[in-house]
Order: sequence, then C-alpha cells, then structure tokens
Amino acid sequence: MVTTFIRIQEADFDLTTEITNLRKGDLQVGAVVSFLGTVRDMNEGSQVKAMTLEHYPGMTEKALHDIIDQAKTRWDIRKTLVIHRVGPLLPEDQIVLVAVTSAHRGEAFAACEFIMDYLKTAAPFWKKEETPEGGRWVDARITDEAAMARWEKK
Amino acid sequence: MKLELRFFASLREALGVPQESVTIPEEVKTIADLRSHLAQRSDVWAEVLGNNKVIRCALNQQMVNAGTLLEDGAEVAFFPPVTGG
Repeated sequence: MVTTFIRIQEADFDLTTEITNLRKGDLQVGAVVSFLGTVRDMNEGSQVKAMTLEHYPGMTEKALHDIIDQAKTRWDIRKTLVIHRVGPLLPEDQIVLVAVTSAHRGEAFAACEFIMDYLKTAAPFWKKEETPEGGRWVDARITDEAAMARWEKK
Repeated sequence: MKLELRFFASLREALGVPQESVTIPEEVKTIADLRSHLAQRSDVWAEVLGNNKVIRCALNQQMVNAGTLLEDGAEVAFFPPVTGG
C-alpha cells in the first residue's frame, strides 16, 4: 500500500478534498492532523505584495520522501500527504499542507510537527518576496534550525 | 572530472547561471575545493561563493558537507539556506 503522497504544484488545493481522499477507505484511522501554511502580508517589517517560490525539482521530492520515512520510523502513522505550492503566490494564499493519519492522535500530532519542522530546514524551497523596496530573497530563520534541532535530542 | 553544476535562488540570480557542465582539474577533490575553484572565476563569483557566505550544497540531490568528496559525473548544486513552508 502506498502511504506517502507528495505533490509540488503551482495550483491551489482544497483542504477538505485532500483530507477526505487521504483517509478514505482506511478504517484503522482514528486521527487526522493537518498543518496549513499560508502567505502573510508582512515579513521582517516590510509589506509583502506577492512572492515567488522556487524549488529544486527532483531533490525536493527526494528530501520530502526522506523526511516522511524518518517520521515513519519514529511514530506509528498510517498515511502522509505533503503538498507544496511553487511559483507566484499572494498574501492569504495557501502554500503548504502536511496531513498525517494514524490510529490515535498523539502519533499524528507529533509526526505532522516533525515533518513540518524538517521541511523548513531540509527541503529545497526558496521564497522571494515583492516588497515596496523591491524584490528580496527571504533569509533562513535561526528559529527554524532550533525547531528542527529539538527533535534530535528526543 | 566532469560535473553538472546547478545554482538556485539568490545564487542563480547573482551568477546569472542556472546550470552548466564543467570539467574540473584533478586537484579539486571536495565540495570545499570546488567552491574555492569556482570563486576564482571573477569578482562576482568570489563575492557569491566567498567563505563569509552561508551556502548549502547538494551532491546528486542529497545535502552534503564541505568535506564531501566529488564524484565523476555528479550533479552538484549550490544554494542558500532553504526557506520553504
């Protein structure tokens, strides 16, 4: 049974449809945890009018598969879906969805957070924001490294 | 040794090169060696790949460290720390 689903796409997605499809037909699922990331209109003190997401085709999919495989060795989860949008995006747009199904909620909560924290530091995506001062590539955050590092200790 | 180089995001923009095939001299053995070798091309390359810049590198689409040995025919990518999600 295929349990890992990864999609990199320009198109938007519908949260309800995706979650319905992910858990459909699996009667052992008792919990679904999802994280939805969206575009803010402010970052580091500047108005963000739009952004463009670039990625490294091929490596992106491999990195996400690797992250999900790691989650599966740590928690008893059923299925995992990651959708990440690329290309032009506007404030309020959906960027990323991570959804995990499991028998009980604890495993799904932990795995979803783990996958998201690793995605932030290990999956090759880059954001470029359009601000009133011009275009700028977003700098990586120290807090993202810290969020990933806390999983190493457990 | 032949390599396929890839550059992404701010590096791609600054260098004006998304991708190129190169043949490197024998003494270039590691990722760090390659970075220094490329930095000698011009002021722009020195600026973008300089040691004061935080750059990530992937060998055949796997994140690697500066000390990793290069392999003939490998795809080597340089890019800034990732900012997805």
